[in-house]
Amino acid sequence: MYFDCIIAGFGGQGVMVMGNILAYAAIREKKKVTYMPVYGVEMRGGTANCTVVVSDREIGSPIIQRPVCAIVMNLPSLEKFGPRVRKGGLLVVNASLVPEEEIRFRGLQTLSVPSRELALEVGNERLANMVVLGAAVQKSGVVHLRSLKKALYPALDRRYHKMIDMNMKAMDRGAQFVEKGR
Amino acid sequence: MAEIEFVKGNEAIAMGAIEAGCRFYFGYPITPQNDIPEYMSRHLPEVGGTFIQAESEIASINMMLGAGATGARAMTSSSSPGISLKQEGISYMCGSQIPGVIINMSRSGPGLGGISPSQGDYFQATRGGGHGDYRTIVLAPYSVQENYDLTMKAFDLADKYRNPVVVLGDALLGQMKEPLRRHKYRKKKGEKDWILTGAKGRSPRLLKSLYLSEGELTEHNWRLYRKYQRMKREIMYKVEFLEGAKLVVVAFGSVARILKSTVAMARDKGMKVGLFRPVTLYPFPYAALDKLSHKVRNFMAVELNTGQMVEDVKLAVGHKKNQVDFYGRPPGSIPSPDELLEEIKKVYNKRVKK
Repeated sequence: MYFDCIIAGFGGQGVMVMGNILAYAAIREKKKVTYMPVYGVEMRGGTANCTVVVSDREIGSPIIQRPVCAIVMNLPSLEKFGPRVRKGGLLVVNASLVPEEEIRFRGLQTLSVPSRELALEVGNERLANMVVLGAAVQKSGVVHLRSLKKALYPALDRRYHKMIDMNMKAMDRGAQFVEKGR
Repeated sequence: MAEIEFVKGNEAIAMGAIEAGCRFYFGYPITPQNDIPEYMSRHLPEVGGTFIQAESEIASINMMLGAGATGARAMTSSSSPGISLKQEGISYMCGSQIPGVIINMSRSGPGLGGISPSQGDYFQATRGGGHGDYRTIVLAPYSVQENYDLTMKAFDLADKYRNPVVVLGDALLGQMKEPLRRHKYRKKKGEKDWILTGAKGRSPRLLKSLYLSEGELTEHNWRLYRKYQRMKREIMYKVEFLEGAKLVVVAFGSVARILKSTVAMARDKGMKVGLFRPVTLYPFPYAALDKLSHKVRNFMAVELNTGQMVEDVKLAVGHKKNQVDFYGRPPGSIPSPDELLEEIKKVYNKRVKK
């Protein structure tokens, strides 16, 4: 089993925490994992991305030129990382910020997630990243959705634990969107 | 069984240091290693240790010299330009035979350069970056677990040889997160019979690097030389995919980690490529490479610089029949496994498939 993924967006969209949660979920499933962040000097508004590699075997490079999967949370990230996804790979797009007509990559599976809309349904638009992560995990099958949800505990600081329920619901909503197409 | 934690490379270094009994940290902030002082400032006081953010790099290395002279386990960390500033202190520590651990999570130079991963400090680290004819042991981890393990080992080696030990990494090894298994430090035996702790009830001791009487300094330097020779016992290296290899790639640290993927890709394509990774950069595993060069004709050094370690590889495989090629990526960007595969292919096609 081998999976790698670049998660990219604006600083403040929760891109790094998505990568962290995915990594913790992989650890729960006793897989090997590396997480490599790349960001500018800004706290918010700059570009941010991270690379997560998950494997049964010892992992070599934590840096990937052509990932199996990319999760792009905004248009600049789509433009930068969309063309780099491996043929036959998975491109997960935050449809709330990326217009449908921008997504034109041949030979890829694409999944457009109306993250803001679904997050509002769950209760807070700031859950958009968790919706997308839930959808990406459901579609790729890299880890079980239940592992992803449980990973919220080690990945989040204790002071945010009261919000875990809501985050789990957001992940479920993303996964449900993949299953039912709405 | 210890619990598995998911830890940033820089933090693993700080964790390893505290576990190994480091109780004094002196440093001055610089990216990309600030997680180390951040962790130390929070956790050293919990174990009764002292954290000082000094007024400069020069102050922090000299504070470490002082702490080391009293027998305490002490550490400083910085990144390339900061390490340059510490060189005078490192030279004095070597001259006075005072142990200490120096972490260099190096960045791109020259000058202020940038914060991206780089191996431009290989010469500085392995040749003794300050003045005088001295050496420091240099350890080059390539994973978060090794950051932890080798930092612990660095303290033992520093005490064993009464010499500074450098741990050389970069932003990739500092910022990457991986699962880490912490383990208990086993204290090494042996009294430090040279430390300055007050001469009450015993004859005074002196730690110095100034030797003015005739012949004294020469003898001192020979003594240091013999010590550097003894350090060869500590040589460490790792090999992968050596079975039937026709081309052996030699690399250390972050680029060796990237190459681990590249070499696996090359093997999948039927290319007989192996990987040799020095873990101690000083002392360098000359003998091991020399031995290998009787079996393998072609070598290729790959570095994140324009050619430093390749000189050691050439010194090691000095036979006429051997070829040593080189690919270097100058500081400022990181090559991907795919890009490195293209470079290896070029050499492989030229040397092996002719």
